[in-house]
Amino acid sequence: MTMTFDFKHKVVLITGAGGGLGYACAQAFAKAGAKIAITDISQEALDSAVADLQDTGAEVLGLLNDASDSADVNAMLDAIVARFGCLDIAVNNAGTATPLQEFHQVGEAEFDRVMGVNLKGVWLCMQAEIRQMLKQGSGRIVNMASATSRNTFPNASPYVTSKFAVAGLTRTVAVEYAERDIRINAICPGNVATPLVVSLVEDLSVLATKHAIKRLGTPEEVANGVMFLASDLSSFSTGSLLEVDGGWNAI
Amino acid sequence: MKLDHKVVLITGAGGGIGQAAVRKFVAEGAKVMLADLTTEVTQLLVNELGADLCACVAVDVTQDDQVENMVNACVKTFGGIDVFVANAGVEGEIGDIMSTDVSNLDKVLAVNVRGVWLGLHYVIPVMRDGGGGSIMITSSGAGVQGSPNTACYNTSKHAVIGLMRCAALEVAQFGIRVNTVNPGAVETRMMTAIEDGFAQAGAGDFKALVEAGTPLGRYGQPDEIANMMVFLGSDDSSYCTGGVYMVDGGNST
Repeated sequence: MTMTFDFKHKVVLITGAGGGLGYACAQAFAKAGAKIAITDISQEALDSAVADLQDTGAEVLGLLNDASDSADVNAMLDAIVARFGCLDIAVNNAGTATPLQEFHQVGEAEFDRVMGVNLKGVWLCMQAEIRQMLKQGSGRIVNMASATSRNTFPNASPYVTSKFAVAGLTRTVAVEYAERDIRINAICPGNVATPLVVSLVEDLSVLATKHAIKRLGTPEEVANGVMFLASDLSSFSTGSLLEVDGGWNAI
Repeated sequence: MKLDHKVVLITGAGGGIGQAAVRKFVAEGAKVMLADLTTEVTQLLVNELGADLCACVAVDVTQDDQVENMVNACVKTFGGIDVFVANAGVEGEIGDIMSTDVSNLDKVLAVNVRGVWLGLHYVIPVMRDGGGGSIMITSSGAGVQGSPNTACYNTSKHAVIGLMRCAALEVAQFGIRVNTVNPGAVETRMMTAIEDGFAQAGAGDFKALVEAGTPLGRYGQPDEIANMMVFLGSDDSSYCTGGVYMVDGGNST
């Protein structure tokens, strides 16, 4: 078996795929032959992503979805199973952040909003996904953690807190389902010039200096890691955190 | 293929993980220099895979001049080094610290740490002059966890993570990436030797202990480690450096 990714006939969910890393993952899986379900909280971003992916010949289901709302998440899973019959791979990518500000100034509502999407959203999505995967007898989950699941990022305390939590959640839930052929891993990207990052940081060149490689990552580089974890090439990996961070973690 | 036009140098190429990695590298289009203490096993692999794609060299990685010779042999045969896998390692004797002779520590550190350092020392300038590359060091689950009766081994595997991080920061400017691959227990000769060592030391049934502590409930296969090595050697991982890549069935969770 050579290592060219092949996801033909696989059903893949990517949350928050209207842009940024999620969209890059959707493109990569579509190119590798997967049937894909993508979600976003913005109808406009979702419609545009679905149209662009369909233009490449991919089979795509678009679902307007708030990952922090359990009813919404359960309806998402029902819709995927109704359309495709199963869910082989889930990439829990939907995430958000607050504008950069010092810890003592962060409003409680801002904290709740970030934790709601980044942590509770992953929690809810994993619950719905795993219930379906248990029925099937197998599944693969990749959570979008962050280099800030292990490192600091001053003035982004809600985001960093949520990403540390996603790492712990990933590791412990991976152990619970390891013997039922559900592998769960996370990916830890460094900074990538996604719409989210661009909206928060004025000078991207400062961000580049955080990384040993002295540049930002590309969405495709993150998608490569996600594909590796979602494929059978990583059959002995579960509960792992795969770094795609340009060496941030080593500094 | 993932490693087209790349030259790979791998130490410990005759071992369980080494052999699996060599086969994957060749299957992905690379030319491979197989280095090991002797060419007994590696020559057979070269014969099988083809002398146009592979060659082998004998090296004791603890010896400065031999490591230099190994690097030169790879450059002379294949014109450079794009991927270096510092994979040679020994498990040493099994036993607790108070009853182990210090010579065991010296021997394990000589191969597992000094040997890796020497490899980096001679490979980095070649990669720098070639415009970049990817280096990976075979660390271990034992590089991030403790366990009784394997202190020398675990110390060495922790040490190479520190070495890797420093190297990653030094050589990023040359377009060289440096990472560790950290296998859990894998079905190899080394693991059988560790199982025997535990039995002889009265330290319990190693395999049963490991399987019970591994969420996936089994040993890994050499191919599963080799897959990660191909990923880190390929351009798919172009933003990965300074990282610790666990392939351990969840054991370190």
